[in-house]
Amino acid sequence: MKRQLPLMIVLVLGIAFTVQFFIPSRASEVTYQTALQWWLVMSSFAMVLALGSLVNHHVLKIKRRKEHWAFSWVTLAGLLVMGALGIMGGPSVGLRWANAAYNQLFLFVQAPMDSAMFAILAFYMASASYRAFRARSKEATVLLIAGFVVMLGIIPFGAMLWRRIPDISEWIMMVPNMASKRGILLGIGLGSTATALKIILGIERSWLGGSGK
Amino acid sequence: MFSHDIWVWIAAVLTLAIFSFLYKENPFYRFAEYLFVGMSAGYGLARVWNNALVPNFINPFWAALTAERGATGPLLADPRFWLIVPALLGLLYICRFIPSLSHLILVPIAIGLGLGSGMGLAAIIQTDIIKQMQSAIGDASNVAAGGWPLVWGIVSLVGVLTTLSYFFFSREHKGALKYSANIGIWFLMVGFGASFGNTVMGRVSLLIGRVQFLLTDWIHVIR
Repeated sequence: MKRQLPLMIVLVLGIAFTVQFFIPSRASEVTYQTALQWWLVMSSFAMVLALGSLVNHHVLKIKRRKEHWAFSWVTLAGLLVMGALGIMGGPSVGLRWANAAYNQLFLFVQAPMDSAMFAILAFYMASASYRAFRARSKEATVLLIAGFVVMLGIIPFGAMLWRRIPDISEWIMMVPNMASKRGILLGIGLGSTATALKIILGIERSWLGGSGK
Repeated sequence: MFSHDIWVWIAAVLTLAIFSFLYKENPFYRFAEYLFVGMSAGYGLARVWNNALVPNFINPFWAALTAERGATGPLLADPRFWLIVPALLGLLYICRFIPSLSHLILVPIAIGLGLGSGMGLAAIIQTDIIKQMQSAIGDASNVAAGGWPLVWGIVSLVGVLTTLSYFFFSREHKGALKYSANIGIWFLMVGFGASFGNTVMGRVSLLIGRVQFLLTDWIHVIR
């Protein structure tokens, strides 16, 4: 029963909301909107699970004095301060000083760290492209040439080198790039459809945990 | 010369702490990394609370509880009251932390999967399959456009079909399928190259943004 009930829920809801898509009536639309709101409310509580796991991981790390345990206090403090200020400054509590502090923390702590984290990837990408170029295969060369032309096409320096570079860059984006992206999207679509059907019909059971049996 | 704003200093020091990873892993980077994880989680919590729970559950549920019953009918007939059901189902996620009840977490997961699969199935077929195929065939058969647009439309359709053939694993890649899959690889490589170029430029512009912040807002070298 522990496994049959969830499988039944998936089957019934999956079939009901697949059929709902093809029923153009007011009742069908209301059912869809209600289910969407219920789903949003229910899935919001999954945040508790995520935060519980994060807190659990760091509390255990501190308790067991694992390597770099002292930094776990920083994570827990960041979570507590940002979470508390965000909630207190939000529309439900509405403390203006908390909202101001939350905004300052977002603008001068969260956003700069976010940008800096992604910015350092530029260096690792440069090193990855160097390694790809050393592979000396035809495919790697095509990849790098396409990437290089697209990069030159974006910046004014590309047009300074040769005025046709932006046009070639646009052609790469609109023809071969679009074709491969469409092929990938179609593959994703077909794969997602097959997976959704497998989940609804109970063929795919890995989400049940363990062996799924 | 340097900024007198404490917040600018905090942002600058944290930016430099993260950039210090380019030399090697060090305690300054680790501090910034752990802080980033904690603050991102806190930010996520605040967003879920303010943008999902408050407008979709807490406010309507509270309004249902405090409404004057004469005007809106009995409490059980108020649809806003029944929002307690998904909230209680959502609370079952917490059962994950109680070993004897941990199997109950499968209920909200099953509801999410059932709704997601059911609502997504037709939408995926419509957007990812039919619309994409329509556009690919439309570009390749747009005779009215003529000339190069028509040629590129046909090239694009060939690209779509050969890319798809590369992902066709039900048959061994031999004969015509092998040639088709090989052409598909070339299209894929150009596509990956274009994505690579765009991503690098995005990251470089972020880097320029951070360096500009350090030179302009922090040490005022650039005005």
